[in-house]
Amino acid sequence: MTLTVALSALLSHWRRRPAQLALLILGLSLATALWSGVQAINAEARASYDRAAALLGQDRLAQLARRDGGAIAQTDFVALSRAGWLVSPVLEGTLRLEGSRLRLLGIEPLSLPAQAETLDLGRGGGDLLPFITPPGLLYAAPETVKALAAVPGLPPLRASPNLLPGTALTDIGTAQRLLGRPGEISRLLVLPEQPMGRANLENVAPDLALKAPEAGGDLSRLTDSFHLNLTAFGFLAFAVGLFIVYSAIGLAFEQRRVTFRTLRALGLSARALTAALLLELIVFALAAGLIGVALGYLVGAALLPGVSATLEGLYGASVPGTLSLRPQWWVSGLAIALIGTLAAAMQSLWRVWHLPLLAPGSPRAWARASEHALIGQAAAGLGLLILSIGLGLWGSGLIAGFTVLGALLFGAALLLPVLLALVLAGLQRLVRRPVAEWFLADSRQQLPGLSLALMALLLALSANIGVGTMVSSFRLTFTGWLDQRLASELYVTARNPAEAERLTTFLQGKVDAILPIWHIEGSLEGAPGAVYGAADHATYRDHWPLLAALPDSWDRVATGRAAMINEQLARRARLKPGGSLTLPGGWQVEIAGIYSDYGNPEGQAIVNSGALVAHYPTVERLRFGLRLAPGGVPALMAEIADQLKLPADNMVDQATIKRRSLDVFEQTFTVTAALNVLTLGVAGLAMVASLTTLSAMRLPQLAPVWAMGLTRRRLVRLELARTLMLAALTFLAALPVGLALAYVLLAIINVEAFGWRLPMHIFPADWLRLGLLALLAALLSALIPLRRLARLAPADLLKVFAHER
Amino acid sequence: MNDEPHGQSQEGMPTHRHQTPHRSLFSIRRYQSGHMRHRLASLLCCMLAAVIGMSQPAASQGFAGLGTTAKGFAMPRTGYAFTFPADHGPHPHFRIEWWYLTANLKGADGKAYGVQWTLFRSALAPGDQPGWQSPQVWLGHAAITTPTAQHVAERLARGGIGQAGVSPAPFAAWIDDWAMRRPDMSATGGDALDDLNLSASGTDFRYSLALKARGPLVLQGQGGYSVKSAAGQASFYYSQPFYTVTGRLDLPGGAVDVTGQAWLDREWSSQPLAADQSGWDWFSLHFDTGEKLMGFRLRDKGAGFTSATWIAANGQPEPLPPGALTLTPGRKARVADRDIPVEWRLELPSKGIDISTKPLNPQAWMATRTPYWEGPIRFSGSRSGQGYLEMTGY
Repeated sequence: MTLTVALSALLSHWRRRPAQLALLILGLSLATALWSGVQAINAEARASYDRAAALLGQDRLAQLARRDGGAIAQTDFVALSRAGWLVSPVLEGTLRLEGSRLRLLGIEPLSLPAQAETLDLGRGGGDLLPFITPPGLLYAAPETVKALAAVPGLPPLRASPNLLPGTALTDIGTAQRLLGRPGEISRLLVLPEQPMGRANLENVAPDLALKAPEAGGDLSRLTDSFHLNLTAFGFLAFAVGLFIVYSAIGLAFEQRRVTFRTLRALGLSARALTAALLLELIVFALAAGLIGVALGYLVGAALLPGVSATLEGLYGASVPGTLSLRPQWWVSGLAIALIGTLAAAMQSLWRVWHLPLLAPGSPRAWARASEHALIGQAAAGLGLLILSIGLGLWGSGLIAGFTVLGALLFGAALLLPVLLALVLAGLQRLVRRPVAEWFLADSRQQLPGLSLALMALLLALSANIGVGTMVSSFRLTFTGWLDQRLASELYVTARNPAEAERLTTFLQGKVDAILPIWHIEGSLEGAPGAVYGAADHATYRDHWPLLAALPDSWDRVATGRAAMINEQLARRARLKPGGSLTLPGGWQVEIAGIYSDYGNPEGQAIVNSGALVAHYPTVERLRFGLRLAPGGVPALMAEIADQLKLPADNMVDQATIKRRSLDVFEQTFTVTAALNVLTLGVAGLAMVASLTTLSAMRLPQLAPVWAMGLTRRRLVRLELARTLMLAALTFLAALPVGLALAYVLLAIINVEAFGWRLPMHIFPADWLRLGLLALLAALLSALIPLRRLARLAPADLLKVFAHER
Repeated sequence: MNDEPHGQSQEGMPTHRHQTPHRSLFSIRRYQSGHMRHRLASLLCCMLAAVIGMSQPAASQGFAGLGTTAKGFAMPRTGYAFTFPADHGPHPHFRIEWWYLTANLKGADGKAYGVQWTLFRSALAPGDQPGWQSPQVWLGHAAITTPTAQHVAERLARGGIGQAGVSPAPFAAWIDDWAMRRPDMSATGGDALDDLNLSASGTDFRYSLALKARGPLVLQGQGGYSVKSAAGQASFYYSQPFYTVTGRLDLPGGAVDVTGQAWLDREWSSQPLAADQSGWDWFSLHFDTGEKLMGFRLRDKGAGFTSATWIAANGQPEPLPPGALTLTPGRKARVADRDIPVEWRLELPSKGIDISTKPLNPQAWMATRTPYWEGPIRFSGSRSGQGYLEMTGY
């Protein structure tokens, strides 16, 4: 007998049951879709970070930067060059334009090492003279060039497809002029080949330190948590999806036992049969994998704009809004579909391999799980929970945080069947009526078969509760915090120092207070950060949301010898009020207090604005917060626009800025919410798959009960009640797991990932909705099998007895 | 400065440089030596064009475009009165300029060595500006030639910020850590260039030399106005060929103390050369009897253009008319995938000179962004001595 004949006999099963095939393919492709969608997004983002990092070769070149994070003097660059150091200066800064920001990279084309010249600015860029002499040239991505075309005061623009959106490359001289930072350099790229007998760094520029090349750069580090988050969700979705595949394959194998036996009896070896089945599975896995990858592309493409907006808003990372087909994610999608299918089919294949030729070939329900197996599962589940608690208490780091999460979820999932068995056994002791007793005993008997689907449901439900609680808690805290923090009624930004002066003069007497919002960017405790100046004003004393502070903290700041720092910086560097901090340029300050600063991944310090100007004379003094009666804001805006010709984009009122902040916030969790819903959907499908599988196998159990006088209608009602009861019990079990998950997210993951800890708020109304949703899902998933049961011909039930041998 | 005869048609020339991946920020146009011209004009222009892809608007205008190529730049003229030390400094209104030193040295180990130190200035636009906006670009080439090895380094820097430049008094010319400067302790009096310290470094070498002039500055051509073609292209050109040298070379094998003689060329111009000139062979010779000879041949489709200056032992120059010197290439060597005549016969009948030259190292290849051959030579025949040979355009 040839393999082809065997294959066609095996495949005929699917021809007769297209719905089952559809379910298998759907489950597998959905699981693959979510996984590869998430991977596609991650791959796109990582590629952008790598491009950003590779832009000036930071990933391959060592760099020199000031130890204190301040700007390098150009004279230091010249001194280093003349001491034999082959280095190339880079000035990096943010140019605030009307309504947008532009990251400006100033380079020196002659000394720029080959490793930093990764981007070819394209043809027509061959002019050194216009590049280095005023007005200079700005190279930017085509979309950025388009966006900047109307901005006055910029040098001529040139499009280069190799630059990331929002970044412009220009000569260092042009950058110094545009940023108003003459004679300043951010860092020096060190060429890989250095001359013989170069002077020691300590003798030439003792303030500078050598930094080794860093792959991915700061962005990669900052956004790691975000991507780990997405990956965790993608994996959860895939795991849930595998439950479907497991059920569908199990069902198909059970249903084909007769065929298997016949084929074996006709002389097909166990090896050939297994090979045929394996081939069948691989074909299905690849087909489903391809569909999954295609769906994944759609999922990724649909979510990417939201993710890009989040990354931009949260980390300032520029990621294009369009997805490209990268082998690293579609290949991994196909691979995981294949591996997942084979893992799910392992048990069934094993059974076929060992199929006794003469054993009864009738379908049978999955064997009742032994007490022994349940005890083992309980032990494993408890072990995972203990690991989770232990790591939560004593672990640190983001990976530990996610391990806490994973152990919690899977521990809880493993314990679920045990818990349900105990609950059912307990109930069984309470009831005395035979039907009720049969109902409960039968439910217990069904548990092993349903437990995988129920575990999937538990995972999806608790993830939903956990993430929902986290997002809602965050939203509540965030809005409250915004109300406090955005105290000024109007924020204005002048375009240049002269305009800033005219503006302040103009505003004298027209507003209650003019609060400077000036800042410098630099390194704080070894990571990128910013130092802001604040006026000594009641606005800050009354409104600034402090988490911890020394007494008279704002008075201390007003002296210029103390600073407030944000929670992120405090947590990362383990700083406390009363401690000391070195600001860029070596300025030592006392820490007067710690404030919450959501939505900002970087460290931040606030000093007195006078002291800021004294220490950093070149600070850009263009932005102000204005205090005035809220009713007077529109009139004042009109007056400023009219008299000072300040563009509307340079004035933002409190309401607008709040709305923008909330938009960024909502964007941040769009992806999470979308994945949440999709995961729940996959869990619902898993339920359908399991119940379909079970109903086909349950005839031998139902037939005797039917024979004893229970009508089919009654049986259907009881089946429905059982499904709903199990779903409800699972939901109840999911509640504490979900809340624990929310706690882990808020108190561990967020602190590690973003540097802030949020109070947890509880939203029972959301649970109610979710509970109803779970019941609805269970109801829907029971519908098809039950309809079949209701229409079952009595003859079929009788056949159970006839077939019994 | 444009001396590019075939305009931009050369951009696509398949040479080994072209095979390197295009990795430039500024879509580098690698001008190739196959069409390089005279030392005066094109070496620098080509180098800079190659290095930084600077646009040469006149590149396609060929010979007839002469007038436009130097637009805005000052032009060399006859009858210019040199003033020193001011003329030792840069002339930013001219397009190109260099401080070019070659030394024939003998090591304490008994071996012969050659040293090159060159600082080129190229103005992308006439005049100078302070800071980064300066249109002046500086290029350095340094080399040590040993009988068995050639060590080469190259530097590139912007003017305006102090990374590279030349100041006439006290004299200092520098790019990065390379410098040619009058020592602080130098005695007053004499010319600013009479007493110099010279240093340069590369990944596998460095050198530090002290130079003392034993003779006067020499004006080349007609009082420093040096004609480069039959069509009249010219440069300002003077030399100090009378240096004695002491110093030290650091090589991968260790340090060597050296002594010898050196020759400094100073030249600046804005003018291109004739359109059909394809390369040059240039000699600076120290006769054992104390005289010096500077001679070059610009190769073209015809007989070429030769020019020479005979310098008496007391420094008195005698410009020789075009064609007085005959240069005949001899044995060729395979250098960097091309055939280059490394041995020559020089005939100058009016001085009774008929000599043959041999290189210290036939592989004296300057593998810089725009490559060329430059190395120490010895000669014998009717007279003997040593010197330097530069060959471009092969």
